[in-house]
Amino acid sequence: MSAYITDCGKRGDKAIAVDDTVLVSGIQTTAGSKMLEGFVPLFDAEAVTRLKNAGYEVSGKASVGEFGLDLLGETAHGGGYTDDSGRLRGAAAALVAGGEVHGALCVDLNGTPRRAAQLGGVVFVKPTYGTVSRYGVIPCACSGEQIGVMARTAGDAAELLAVIAGRDEKDGTSIPNAKYEYKIGDSVAGLRIGIPTEYLDMADDEISANVRKFAEVMSAGGASVEEFSLPEAELAAPAWQILMSAETCNNLSRYDGVKFGHRTKDYADIDSLYVGTRSEGFGLNTKTVILYGSDVLSKDRYIDCYDKSMRVRRVLKNKVDEVFAKYDCVLSPACFKMQYLASDVNTQADVYAESRFTALASITGIPAVVAGGVQLMGNSFSECSLLTAAACFERGSM
Amino acid sequence: MEFETVIGLEVHVELATESKIFCSCSAKFGAEQNENVCPACCGMPGMLPVTNRRVVELGMTAGMLTNCKINRITTFDKKNYYYPDLPCAYQITQLFAPIAVDGGVEIETSVGKKTIGIKQIHMEEDAGKLVHDDWTNTSLVDFNRTSVPLCEIVSNPDLSSAEEVVAYLERLRSLLRSARVSDCRWEEGSMRCDVNLSLRPRGTETLGVRTEMKNMNSISAITRAIEYEVARHADALLYGTETLIQETRRWDDVKGQSFPMRSKETEADYRYFPDPNLVPIIIDDEWLDSVKATLPELPEVKAARYVSEYALAESDAAFLCGSRTLTDLFEAAAPVSGSPRDVASFIIGDCMGIIRKKKLTADDLDISPQKLGEIVKMTVDGEITRNAAKRILSAVFDNDVDPREYCAANGLNAQSDEGALLEAVKKAIATNEKSVADYKSGKEKAKQAIFGSIMKELRGNGDPATITKLLDDELAKL
Repeated sequence: MSAYITDCGKRGDKAIAVDDTVLVSGIQTTAGSKMLEGFVPLFDAEAVTRLKNAGYEVSGKASVGEFGLDLLGETAHGGGYTDDSGRLRGAAAALVAGGEVHGALCVDLNGTPRRAAQLGGVVFVKPTYGTVSRYGVIPCACSGEQIGVMARTAGDAAELLAVIAGRDEKDGTSIPNAKYEYKIGDSVAGLRIGIPTEYLDMADDEISANVRKFAEVMSAGGASVEEFSLPEAELAAPAWQILMSAETCNNLSRYDGVKFGHRTKDYADIDSLYVGTRSEGFGLNTKTVILYGSDVLSKDRYIDCYDKSMRVRRVLKNKVDEVFAKYDCVLSPACFKMQYLASDVNTQADVYAESRFTALASITGIPAVVAGGVQLMGNSFSECSLLTAAACFERGSM
Repeated sequence: MEFETVIGLEVHVELATESKIFCSCSAKFGAEQNENVCPACCGMPGMLPVTNRRVVELGMTAGMLTNCKINRITTFDKKNYYYPDLPCAYQITQLFAPIAVDGGVEIETSVGKKTIGIKQIHMEEDAGKLVHDDWTNTSLVDFNRTSVPLCEIVSNPDLSSAEEVVAYLERLRSLLRSARVSDCRWEEGSMRCDVNLSLRPRGTETLGVRTEMKNMNSISAITRAIEYEVARHADALLYGTETLIQETRRWDDVKGQSFPMRSKETEADYRYFPDPNLVPIIIDDEWLDSVKATLPELPEVKAARYVSEYALAESDAAFLCGSRTLTDLFEAAAPVSGSPRDVASFIIGDCMGIIRKKKLTADDLDISPQKLGEIVKMTVDGEITRNAAKRILSAVFDNDVDPREYCAANGLNAQSDEGALLEAVKKAIATNEKSVADYKSGKEKAKQAIFGSIMKELRGNGDPATITKLLDDELAKL
C-alpha cells in the first residue's frame, strides 16, 4: 500500500514529503477527503515555497486522515495507510523512517504527527504557534494548527525548520521575527526536566518505560529530572476538543458543492445540493466533529462551551508559564500505547481519548518535539532546548 | 386610537477602498462577472484573511463623523449561515467589539430639529451577487462583490416618519461623501438600507410587532415602502385585516407592495464566534489622531464659511455644500474667475441645468475648474455675453474645448462697440417695417421682434442693456 496519495517520483536527500492537507501548486490536494478529490490548488503553501527556494523538492503528497482530524490517518478516503502488519503508522512518518525522503511537512492539528513520530521512531517538531506560516494549509482549527517538520534526526529537523520558519505577511497570526535559528547544543547539563505524574499514570507500561529511559539518558548527561503533579493537564483535552471542533466546523462549511470539489449528482434545489454534497463528501469522523462543533457554538451552549474553553486556554497558558519558570522542559508520552490497528479506532471519542497527551501543546501554542519515543514540551520559543535534549538522546542511545 | 411610527434603520455603505477587505482583489464596481476574484474571496482553502488597514481608517472616520465613541480594541467575528452568494458559508463581521458605538446625527425636518441615535457602526464583508438565468432556469453566482468592505450603521429606533428617514439618509450620505468614506450611490448599490418598522399607541413605551423591509433601491422607494407598511400595520391594528408577525419582507416597487420573504419558523442561530485568523486591532492615540486630522470640514460649517468669506447667499451656499463635487469645483474655480458669487451662480444655474438635462446628478458634474473659472471671468469682464457663456460652457462639457479658442473660432466676442451696435439697430429697423409700424401704433410687444432680429444679426453678441437703449432712442426719433 502506498503512503502517497500522489507520488511525484522525487527521492533522495533533497526530497520532502508533504501531507495532503498542505497545498502544492498544480498537484491534487485532497486533505484525505472525497470532498476534495481532484482539487488542484493554484498556489504553493508558504512553507513549500521556502523549501523549494532552498533547493528541496516535493517527493509527493502523503496520505492523511480526513482533514487531519483523526488518530493516525485511519479515516483517509480510500483507506488509511497501514504498514505490512496492518498497524497504523502515519504515512509521512513511515516515509521518513523508510529513508527515501529527507523529511516531511506535516500539519499538527490534533497531535497526529506527534503520535506517528513516537510510533515510528522518528523526530517531529511542532513549532511555537506563529513561527511557521499557515498560508496554504487547508484550514481547520486556525487558532492552534501548525505545520511541523518530520525528520530522522534532531539536526535534520532543525535545519528544515530554519528554512520554513519566519514572518509571512500573508498570515495575520505570523510573529514579526523574520528568521529563527535553531542551534543544537552539545550538552544537557543543567537542563531542568519535569515529568507530570498525571501523564505517566495515563500511559501503558511500555510507553512509561520509554519515558523513564529517556529521563535516564538525560540524567546521565547532567540534566536534573523530577516528577511533579500537573492536575490542570486534564483540562486541555476537553477544552481543545471544543475549540478545535468549533473552528473546524466553521472552516469546513465552505465545502458545499457550489464552487469546487465534490458535488452530488442528485439535487432539486440549493438545500438538497448542500445536504447531498456534504453527506456524500465527508466521512463519519468528520461529520461527528462538524456536528459537535456546531453544537458548542449554538446560542444555548456558546457560553458554557466555546467561551469557557477560551478562558480555560488562558488558564492553561498561565499555568504553563508557571511550570516553565521551574523547568526548561516537560516530558510526556505522545500517545497511549505502541500499536494501533485501524479496528482500535472506531469513533471520535477514541481520538479524543488519545488527545489527552497532545492537547496541551495544541491549545497553548507551545512547541513540542517528539524524539526517542517521547514528547518534549517547552515554553514558547524553546525549540532549541528541546532539540538539544533530543540530540543528546540520539548520542546517548548509540 | 392614534398610532406613532417607530423606525430603526440599518444602512450599509460600501467603503471607497482600492481593494477588498481581506484580500487584494480590486473592490471597484462594474467589472466583468467574476473578474475581481481570488482563491480567498471565492472560499477556496489555504488563503488567510489579512485586514485592509484603510478599511479600519474609514470605519473610524465614519464613527467620528457621527459622533460615536471609537472602540480602541476592535475585533472581527464570524457569522455562520448558508447561501450560494456566501462562498465560505460565513460572513466576517463584528459583533462583540464593533469599531464605533453610541453616536448620533442631527436632522432637520418640517417639524424641527432632532437627534437620531446611532447604536453602532461595524465593519464587515459583502456577499456576492446571484443572477437568475431564465433560459436555463439556473442561478449563477458572481463573486466580484464578495468581501468588498462595508460599514453597517445601525440607528436607534428614533425615527418616526418617512420624512425623518429621508433627512437621516441624506445627512449620512452627505457626511460620508464629504469625507470620501463611500460614494453612496443608491443605483450602484454602494448605499443600501433595511427598514425596521413598528407602530404603537401614541404615548406608550412598549414597541409593537416589528417588520423588516429589504430591497429598496432608492430614497423614493424607501418613502413609498414606509408609507405602505405604516398603512398595512395600522389597518391590521385598527381593523384586524391581518395578524402582524415579526418577519422580513421584500419591497416590490413596481407593484407598490411588500411581500413576506421565505419565512423561517425560528430565528436563525448564526453561531457567532471570534475569528482566530484576525488578531484584535488596537487603535492607539497616534493612529486615532492621524485619522481625525483627515476629517473634512463638515458641510454646515463650510456653508457658513461660504456665506461669510465669499458673500454667497445662504441658499446657494447650502446647495453647493450638499455635494463634495460641487464644493471642490467651486473652491478651485473661484480664484480663477475672481468672482466667487458668479461662479456659484454658474454652477447652480448653468452647469446643473446641463447635468439635469442629461438626467445626471451633482456628483456627476465633471468639468475643469480652470475652464469654468475662465468662462466666468470672461463674462464678468464683459468679454462675452451670458448667452455666449452658455454656449461655450456647453462646448466645454461636450468636447472639453479651450474657452478662449472656442470663443475666437466662433466669433463670440461681445460686441460692445456702440457704433457696431447702432448699425445693427438701424438695419433691423429698416428691415422690420411691419414691427416698427405695430410698435408705433401702440403694440409694445412688437419691439421684442425687432430686438430679436438685432440679436440674430449680432449672433447673440451684444449687451442687451445697451441695445435696448439704442433701440429706444432710434424708435423715439421715428
